[in-house]
Amino acid sequence: MASRTLSVTLRQHGPIPLDVGLTCDAGDVLAIFGPSGSGKTTVLRSIAGLYRPEHARVISGDDAWTDTASGFFAPAHRRAVGFVFQEYALFPHLTAVGNVVTALGHRPRAERRPRAEHLLRVVHLSGHLDRRPAAMSGGERQRVALARALAREPAVLLLDEPFAAVDRGVRRHLQDQIDELRRTLDIPLILVTHDFDDVVRLATHLLVLQRGQTVAFGPLRSLMSRPDMTWLRDAVGLGSLLDAVVAREHPSRGLVELEFDGGALLVSQSSVTVGTRVRLRIPAREVILASRPPEGLSLHNVLSGTVSAIHAETAVDHVIVQIAVGGVLLLAEVTRDAIATLGIVVGMRLHALIKSVSIDVVRTGATDAARSE
Amino acid sequence: MDWTALRVSLWLGVGTVVLLLPCGMWLGRLLAVREFPGKLLVEALVTLPLVLPPTVLGFYLLVTFGGRSPLGQAFEAVVGQSLAFSFQGLLLASAIANIPFVVQPIQRGFESIPADVRDAAACCGLTPWQRFLRIEVPLAWPGILTAAILTFAHTLGEFGVVLMVGGNLPGETRTLSVAIYDRMNAFDDRSAGVMAATLLVTAMATLTLTTSLSRRVVPRRG
Repeated sequence: MASRTLSVTLRQHGPIPLDVGLTCDAGDVLAIFGPSGSGKTTVLRSIAGLYRPEHARVISGDDAWTDTASGFFAPAHRRAVGFVFQEYALFPHLTAVGNVVTALGHRPRAERRPRAEHLLRVVHLSGHLDRRPAAMSGGERQRVALARALAREPAVLLLDEPFAAVDRGVRRHLQDQIDELRRTLDIPLILVTHDFDDVVRLATHLLVLQRGQTVAFGPLRSLMSRPDMTWLRDAVGLGSLLDAVVAREHPSRGLVELEFDGGALLVSQSSVTVGTRVRLRIPAREVILASRPPEGLSLHNVLSGTVSAIHAETAVDHVIVQIAVGGVLLLAEVTRDAIATLGIVVGMRLHALIKSVSIDVVRTGATDAARSE
Repeated sequence: MDWTALRVSLWLGVGTVVLLLPCGMWLGRLLAVREFPGKLLVEALVTLPLVLPPTVLGFYLLVTFGGRSPLGQAFEAVVGQSLAFSFQGLLLASAIANIPFVVQPIQRGFESIPADVRDAAACCGLTPWQRFLRIEVPLAWPGILTAAILTFAHTLGEFGVVLMVGGNLPGETRTLSVAIYDRMNAFDDRSAGVMAATLLVTAMATLTLTTSLSRRVVPRRG
């Protein structure tokens, strides 16, 4: 639904330097990734109307929220924004239901409590609805914060480090929860994080922020397959993202076969069933290149493709080779020596060797939206 | 026992709280949530009555309220009586002397609300007034309550400012604390003793009430 697209331009010199332009369509998850102090939260606050940069334009669908050029600035309470704060910022004097009811002012009084209870059920919080935040666990508080953000029927959902305050196990559940919401809500969803795991699991698009400046912005998969993303290599290591479907199970071999737009891969994974959509991350340094198809190896995965780009940096000895395999772009990190020995040039046919155990399989619903890239 | 003096004292206490609380809420909240030029100066001015000897404060207030000052003349022109040595003048002086007792606890109360909680209230669609009444006041409540009770108790005990500005007019400006001093000077130790005990009991009761109320309020905040 194009009318729900959020488009944002922010520019100022100080006190917090900003130079950011982004758009996010309904159903997409834009992850804003960057080190702490890079201005991620300020971007969210500017969208919500809690911060007013010197030059800003925030348009949600057909509604202008901020337009400093014409001096227009809608206050936060007039914007249909759902905001999940980093520390959740629940109202400590109100119960779980009371917190959600507070955001239901646009509904008739009699509807508010049933609606709040419904929303808390949607985020899988059913018992203890009359408890105050002090008596809740981190995960429960996060769910209340999420229900409260949804209560406004927002035109955009903003999440500021939503998993920072919960432990790993709860984190997985909440990630699934947000992924479920993304599919049902059909609004733009913007997620601020400094953990790349969140990006891989949830995002369809990525904006990398450094000192308030956009370093990279675009669909996640295409950004991940670019060989020249030095910031990404430094932050998390390069690696291509592939969306695939579980095609066959080989329980006796402890493997499953995944089909993607360019071939099939065998991975060691037991907990997925046939038909499940998964996202694969193949670290660039785990990919071996061969000029001829190898024989007599313990390896399951040999993908053939054409070299589409080579990125060599003078500062490091490693070279990033981008290989087109069917419809996907694979990255391999090799030494300068290997480039010379194999005589790798753009347009050359190569074989990429990948160990089954090197492939990181992530179950995510973000894959179906990624097709719209 | 000077029942008239007790009545004046109680009225003065209640009047000071009623007069000062709205202003204190406005100023305390302003100091808690806003940054503005001259904020330090305002905070110093708010604290001033706390460190100034009551006689100094009383002297300046008397000069300000007197028949030769613009305020004194204006009051006399409108009301038809002098502001100095009247209950109204005493009430105004008491309000000024109590500014730190009302503003500071309220400021601390509003400061205790995390900025994110106020922002979250705005993102919930609450207007500034709804945010103030439904989120901020309930959360700053212990501070507001402390301010009201401290002001009331402090007004009952105020002596210097009352004597300077109000004098010692029975039924008008003679409060219980002034009446005690008055009785002592007249060697009426019995009356002074009864009234001193009355103030002591009132002060104890007020403080016990504050403590128990704040205990009941604090866990709710959790």
